[in-house]
Amino acid sequence: MKRFLIIGAGLSGLSAAITLAERGLPCALFSLQPSERAQSVLAEGGINAALNTMHEDDSPAEHFADTVRGGCGLADPEAVRGLTEHAPEILRRLERCGVPFHMQNGTLMLRNFGGQKKKRTAYARSSTGKMIMTALIDEARKYEAAGLIHRFPHHEFLRLLLRADKSCAGVRCRDCYTGEIRDYFGAVLLCCGGMNGLFPEMTTGTTQNSGDAAAAVFMQGVPFGNPEMLQYHPTTVGISGKRCLVSEAARGEGGRLFIEKNGARWYFMEELYPELGNLMPRDVVAREMFRVRQSPGCGGQVYLDLTGLSAETWAQKLSDLREELIAYLSLDPKREPVPVKEGIHYFMGGIAVDAKHRAGLRGLYAAGECACQYHGANRLGGNSMLGALYGGKTAAETAAAEAQDAEPDCPVQEDEPLLTPADPRLILQIRDILLSGLGIVRDETTLQGALQSLAELSAARESNAREKARLCLAGAMLQAALERRESRGAHYRADFPQSDEAYRKTTVVCCENGAASVKFVPLPEEGASV
Amino acid sequence: MTVTLTVLRQASPDDAPYRQTILFETDDMQMTVASMLQKINADPACTDTEGRAVTPIRWECSCLQKKCGACAMRINGRPRLACDALLSEFRRGRILLEPLRKFPVVADLTVDRSILMQNLMRMQIWFAEDAEPDEAVRGLTYDASRCLQCGCCLEVCPNFCADGKFYGMAGLLPAARLLTALPESQKEAMQQAYRKHLYEGCGKSLACHDICPAGIPVDRLLVNANAAAVWKRRPRRRREKPDE
Repeated sequence: MKRFLIIGAGLSGLSAAITLAERGLPCALFSLQPSERAQSVLAEGGINAALNTMHEDDSPAEHFADTVRGGCGLADPEAVRGLTEHAPEILRRLERCGVPFHMQNGTLMLRNFGGQKKKRTAYARSSTGKMIMTALIDEARKYEAAGLIHRFPHHEFLRLLLRADKSCAGVRCRDCYTGEIRDYFGAVLLCCGGMNGLFPEMTTGTTQNSGDAAAAVFMQGVPFGNPEMLQYHPTTVGISGKRCLVSEAARGEGGRLFIEKNGARWYFMEELYPELGNLMPRDVVAREMFRVRQSPGCGGQVYLDLTGLSAETWAQKLSDLREELIAYLSLDPKREPVPVKEGIHYFMGGIAVDAKHRAGLRGLYAAGECACQYHGANRLGGNSMLGALYGGKTAAETAAAEAQDAEPDCPVQEDEPLLTPADPRLILQIRDILLSGLGIVRDETTLQGALQSLAELSAARESNAREKARLCLAGAMLQAALERRESRGAHYRADFPQSDEAYRKTTVVCCENGAASVKFVPLPEEGASV
Repeated sequence: MTVTLTVLRQASPDDAPYRQTILFETDDMQMTVASMLQKINADPACTDTEGRAVTPIRWECSCLQKKCGACAMRINGRPRLACDALLSEFRRGRILLEPLRKFPVVADLTVDRSILMQNLMRMQIWFAEDAEPDEAVRGLTYDASRCLQCGCCLEVCPNFCADGKFYGMAGLLPAARLLTALPESQKEAMQQAYRKHLYEGCGKSLACHDICPAGIPVDRLLVNANAAAVWKRRPRRRREKPDE
């Protein structure tokens, strides 16, 4: 019998599970916490699809072009073609599932988002992720009742089960409530989210995405792509224990960035980029914010001015954002500008997959933020949920077509070294080293320094298995950033400020005997994958 | 400031609960109870007021910004989210953390809330066919969709118990959401389930109204869902107030 094991019950995991269930294929859905607690519920601004309901002559071809351009030529064109062509169908499906997208007189409304000239982003105020998740949890529940989706809640992924030929036979998971460890056999779909846990308190993500799953599979030989590509979202605010996102929708609806310069407000994005202004792609906005803070005569703080938005916009489109800022910052964005700073928001890099979402080992697939797909060197706002939904669906379709009958044909290792958690102090030390090397602006000296610090940290202690994996993955991210000697998208090198066509390739990092190796692999041509 | 934090701890469902008190020093009054727990767990040298080592406190968290419902617990007797409780609120600096009482304890502040999902399964909360949304009540669908399934409303509900047939507001909101767009073929079954598991058990105390960490207008959703499921009327259109 074919078996499918999905790790993670956020948007990509649910999409994969529903896709399999629709084909009558049962799956096991493992997650640390219920889907209601997944990071996908935090997605705010919207989801892109060239539905052209605003009559601006939009098309999937333009969505494709914007996504490839936004990704600075580093996204897999075939995968992006599939993503953008299927986007309208995915949106219509979500509507049929009852997602309360913003409508006006029977028309699905679309809003402006960064890096796109046309209105293409469907939304439900600024809680679009929560609305989509609520609807898809219902959809999954229908198949749970039918016995097709079998949930394993409060289960932690420990590692992959590998055969002698390095193909993937299944997973080892631990029930966090009972402590029981069990092996499960079948095709594995990793939908475990971004590596936020490498940067505790410094990202907009959740604490569930600890990075342990990514580090574990990296140590097991699963190749990662573009790990140096971290998205700094331009508008985040610091709240207790994390960065809190101020949705790009705030700028899409008319928010303006400024800094005090010689006593007056300087709306720098509008002056520097007259066409798209505040809605340039996120990498550009974040970099300009970094620059203007250091330019002569400028104060050290960038503000997001939302005071010009209409009462109707606040009530109908951004009410939840306003409530959040009042609750956590005691600041009413309707009346005063919001002090904002760039914060780590998304990992474009992750488990390397092809356009069909096959990961580096046979029997292993990955989708959602844990996978390196669709976004190249910079993700466009509104493409993450789309990527998770389409990616989860594609991974499930590929797995369904390729899966063999599952046999427990893998030697089971009795001891489990991954049970001991990493020392929280070490996690913070690694974070600080990563931040020193992987800022918005990078250079050879700081990256070499970060690698040196990491090596010293590693040498000075007897690390357990989780700690070794974390150190190895962190080293790979720094090494990738060091060896990409150009600037592209989110990766900006002060010492190599131009893009170099020779580097228009995917960075592929691999762990061999505890050490990371880096190579650059040409992008696939459209139509290359089978 | 010194926070005197007392946690009701329990190593496992079979172990006896006990109280452990920790003195936590901080100058950051904007810190939340959630962040305080993270910091205590990140400090291996942490000891309690009797000099005993503090083993990591088991609790659940995820988003840290009131959007996922994971960190619901009793804070000074009131069920709420730990990420929504700022230290500045506790003038006397005394905080008591206990697990929610209506759900079985797994360990320390972690409780097993799977009954919430089981109840939604019993109520058949899903669209068997395409949703048929009524644009006029889209605001209601939106509000009901914001439910975190955190369980705070059930904790204060005088009528809810985990093994009872009344499912409480955490069951009502998903039903209310479906009722705004339910295809004809599902209506009768949903109306019956609604009456049995929600309408008949609700004593209208509305204790859930003030406790909902998401600030969902549960009273309005209750009225509209009753109208749709029991009195078989169309839900009333919500009047939007542009200045709120």
